[in-house]
Amino acid sequence: MSVLQPSTVEEVLGALDGEPGAELLAGGTDLMVEVNFGHRRPASIVGLRGVEELAAWRREGDEIVLGAGMTWTQLRQDEPAALVPALAAAARTVGSPQIRNAGTLGGNIATASPAGDALPVLYALDATVELASVAGRRLVPIEELIIGVKRTTIAPGELIVAVRVPVARGPQEFLKVGTRNAMVISVCSVTLVVDRPDRSVRFALGAVGPTIIRCTEAERRAAAAVDWEAGELAPEKCVEIAGMVAAAARPIDDHRSTAEYRRRAIEVMARRALLRTF
Amino acid sequence: MSQHVSYRLRVNGSEHVVEDAWQGESLLYVLRERLGLTGSKDACLQGECGSCSVLVDDVLVCACLVLGADASGADIGTVEGLGSHGELTDVQQAFVDTAAVQCGFCTPGLIMAIHDLLDHAPRPTEVEVREAISGNLCRCTGYGRILAAVEQVMTLRAAAT
Repeated sequence: MSVLQPSTVEEVLGALDGEPGAELLAGGTDLMVEVNFGHRRPASIVGLRGVEELAAWRREGDEIVLGAGMTWTQLRQDEPAALVPALAAAARTVGSPQIRNAGTLGGNIATASPAGDALPVLYALDATVELASVAGRRLVPIEELIIGVKRTTIAPGELIVAVRVPVARGPQEFLKVGTRNAMVISVCSVTLVVDRPDRSVRFALGAVGPTIIRCTEAERRAAAAVDWEAGELAPEKCVEIAGMVAAAARPIDDHRSTAEYRRRAIEVMARRALLRTF
Repeated sequence: MSQHVSYRLRVNGSEHVVEDAWQGESLLYVLRERLGLTGSKDACLQGECGSCSVLVDDVLVCACLVLGADASGADIGTVEGLGSHGELTDVQQAFVDTAAVQCGFCTPGLIMAIHDLLDHAPRPTEVEVREAISGNLCRCTGYGRILAAVEQVMTLRAAAT
């Protein structure tokens, strides 16, 4: 059989171990496009549709563990959305209802496109990715898992099982620009995560570098500039910090947009995110 | 290693057998070329246009992005399965009444998307309707008549309750 339909993670791992050249198929929004256009011909396919445990999520104290098989639609459901609002906001900007019903969190990570819309949220949250193989399980910080444009350190035989992120402890924003309002790959995006107890501010940028960019200087400046007692940041400081966020971007010219526009759009979105939040 | 597979598909409540098919065939290909269900259209083959919209286990997806063999075991619903005894559904009738059909290529996908929307959100706002059909491209109508068709269905369904 060259198309396998396992029902458990164990069965998936056994299939990956036993079938050389086996490729994983979740929502198909990346793989099937390549198959349809003859760019990829997997030797065999391991379908993840029937592995229900991959689509489950649970809260573990201050963390939420999201199954890699969760679709964008499932990430927008009330309960997980309340715990990770930025991820639900990002999910809403992906594709269309049809795409959101199919595409998965794990697929977005494994494809590791610089424009993948879950990724800046995961970077802003210092997400940890759980991988499994017949050899066992390991936890990898997201910034160590993705090492370049569509390049990851996922080993042969490994399946992304889940992603761990902290439960929101403050406002979160996700803003994205595309060439239309729907069905677009990001031209650029800004994620803002505020952690009130920690008094920290995180910025992550999408589609303006080979991988997601965290704006460490802007984050330091923002954390120091926020009046944490009042929960306020003066508008002129929002503007200044937005400039620092944009300076951290490393955009390029491509068929979707220009570096100049992207940097400008990042600044505008960072400023909006800050003004909305504080 | 052979890349050919045989499997069963349940489409609109009926069982079909697919024999000796290339494993990489999309569900869209199988529906159209093997099962003769040509209501789902093959325009972009990359999930961008929505003309191949179908239901897999009651979830609206693009059939071009579903692997035929991987849909085995699921309940598949296509535009051909809407309505009964050759009668148009209220959504289909509204498309006729509001002249929302020009070339008709986008129409089946839109009908599927709108049925899915109204099954889950009986009184959507205009923004919700636009978001719900954002995965269906129409190059003829400019969407005005399509939105009017949705309005008509909502009005008639509300009046009937």
